[in-house]
Amino acid sequence: MPPTNQTACEIREAIRRRRLSATEAATSALAAIERLDPAIHAFLSVDAEGARRQAAEVDRRLAAGEDPGLLAGVPVAIKDNLCTRDGQATTCGSRILEGWRAPYDAHVVERLRAEGAVVVGKTNLDEFAMGSSTENSAFGATRNPWNTACVPGGSSGGSAAAVAARMVPVALGSDTGGSIRQPASLCGVVGLKPTYGRVSRYGLVAFASSLDQIGPFGRTVADAALLLQAIAGHDERDSTSVDRAAPDYLAGLEEPVRALRIGVPREFFGEGLDGEVEKAVREALGVYERLGARLIEVDLPHATDYAIATYYLVAPSEASSNLARYDGVHYGRRAPEYSDMIDMYMRSRSEGFGDEVKRRIMIGTYALSAGYYEAYYKKALEVRRLIRRDFERAFEKVDCLMGPTSPTAAFRLGEKTADPLSMYLMDIYTVGCSMAGIAGISIPCGFTKAGLPVGLQILSDVFTEERLLRIARMYEREVAWSARVPGGSSKGGP
Amino acid sequence: MALSKDDVLKVGALSRIYLKADEVERFSTQLSDILGYVDKLRELDTRGVEPLAHALPIHNVLREDEPRESLSPEEALGGAPETDGDFFRVPRVLDDGVSA
Repeated sequence: MPPTNQTACEIREAIRRRRLSATEAATSALAAIERLDPAIHAFLSVDAEGARRQAAEVDRRLAAGEDPGLLAGVPVAIKDNLCTRDGQATTCGSRILEGWRAPYDAHVVERLRAEGAVVVGKTNLDEFAMGSSTENSAFGATRNPWNTACVPGGSSGGSAAAVAARMVPVALGSDTGGSIRQPASLCGVVGLKPTYGRVSRYGLVAFASSLDQIGPFGRTVADAALLLQAIAGHDERDSTSVDRAAPDYLAGLEEPVRALRIGVPREFFGEGLDGEVEKAVREALGVYERLGARLIEVDLPHATDYAIATYYLVAPSEASSNLARYDGVHYGRRAPEYSDMIDMYMRSRSEGFGDEVKRRIMIGTYALSAGYYEAYYKKALEVRRLIRRDFERAFEKVDCLMGPTSPTAAFRLGEKTADPLSMYLMDIYTVGCSMAGIAGISIPCGFTKAGLPVGLQILSDVFTEERLLRIARMYEREVAWSARVPGGSSKGGP
Repeated sequence: MALSKDDVLKVGALSRIYLKADEVERFSTQLSDILGYVDKLRELDTRGVEPLAHALPIHNVLREDEPRESLSPEEALGGAPETDGDFFRVPRVLDDGVSA
């Protein structure tokens, strides 16, 4: 089996046993990218030379009898809002950072490199991670490998598509309101948002500091667990990173959770949910029932519509502060012409930021401004506590919550760009989890008649990723959607 | 909550973002829609509810005040549009009370 059809777990096993070299795996990935990416545009940059160098180093370590690391030679792709120091730019999908070279590696990138992963390239995203379709990238949209007229989801659309199209087995993304889980769902892959604080944000370009989390994409639950293992843990350079050791996410993965109580929130099956999506998700719930799990209906009165309203006040408010640093002074684009300092700030930002970024900065500025702060931002934070209480109450009765990740399967490019609010509502099932800081995963659970993937979202309480992965694995063991390969273009599969 | 074009221009100025005429038009409609949606939070009674700014109850994460390795001046200035020796070079700030 060619390496591009192998999972990360298979590749690292083959490399450790010297049946495959890291160089061969890297070469395969680079060839797959060259062959497939022109139609998909998952990558903003590819570092072939760097990848070969890293792979050669892994091979050298193996030949010398040294430990090649947890990810021994596995090719990985990195979302372009994560700082990488070697050669490639970190653009955040924005003109304001076009060509910017980060002077340091993000913590998660350091961890991957230390564990022998081979970073092959940076993936496309909605600008500054703001979006649900990757159409807000200043460098062109990414296409869904299952149907290139459709979006891959966002904001981590590039990472999701790269994994779905089998260009790389695993990738890193970031999730603020659903930006890992939703594209995972739309691209038919596994995507995990860890508990807030589980993974260090050092080197992740900040969008909303109380919500952002970095997480893995893979075609299988085990691959997501493997990547999480490499990146989870305390980092004192991120003061929001929790000082709590990561458990072994792989060791007990095959062990099912006995007497599993699954909460099914009424609000996750309301109006706006596509019929085919609901059908696939309910079938997945049926699989869990046959495995002995109990389905228990629960209420999360604040976790959907109110959570969207809360999110689209809190996240833009934090963003308006975090993006104030892009002023043409320290890094990034400076307008070529300006009359004075303020004019320089304004021109640099106006020329450098896209529409969605401007909209969110303005919403945030408005919500925080004198006279409106109490009615908007403070109110949103009060509702945030109500959202969190909804989840706390639910987790007293159930081990996890399940429902659709996204109300629809992948929509067509351009379908939602005219109406920002319709795009925001794509996050309706994912934002509540982000507001509460709990963990969430999306796993493939079927396809629509049109051949587009459907995702099952599983949410679990803070710092229970180990059990969450086991729960996800229970389903995957019964129904292996990961074997299906996207056709993508009329030329056929990869 | 409808945003007038004036509101949009004011918010733009606060955000340090210039808006062209067609953008003011488009954004005032879109922002009004969004703010109209978030107004639904008014339906909720949150009297006595403490705001939750942060998912985790960790506070005052400090370290010893010891100097450590950091970016070198070259690295720190490496991405700057304009530099002057060890400095970031910027246009002069007018000192006759230009609105800031």
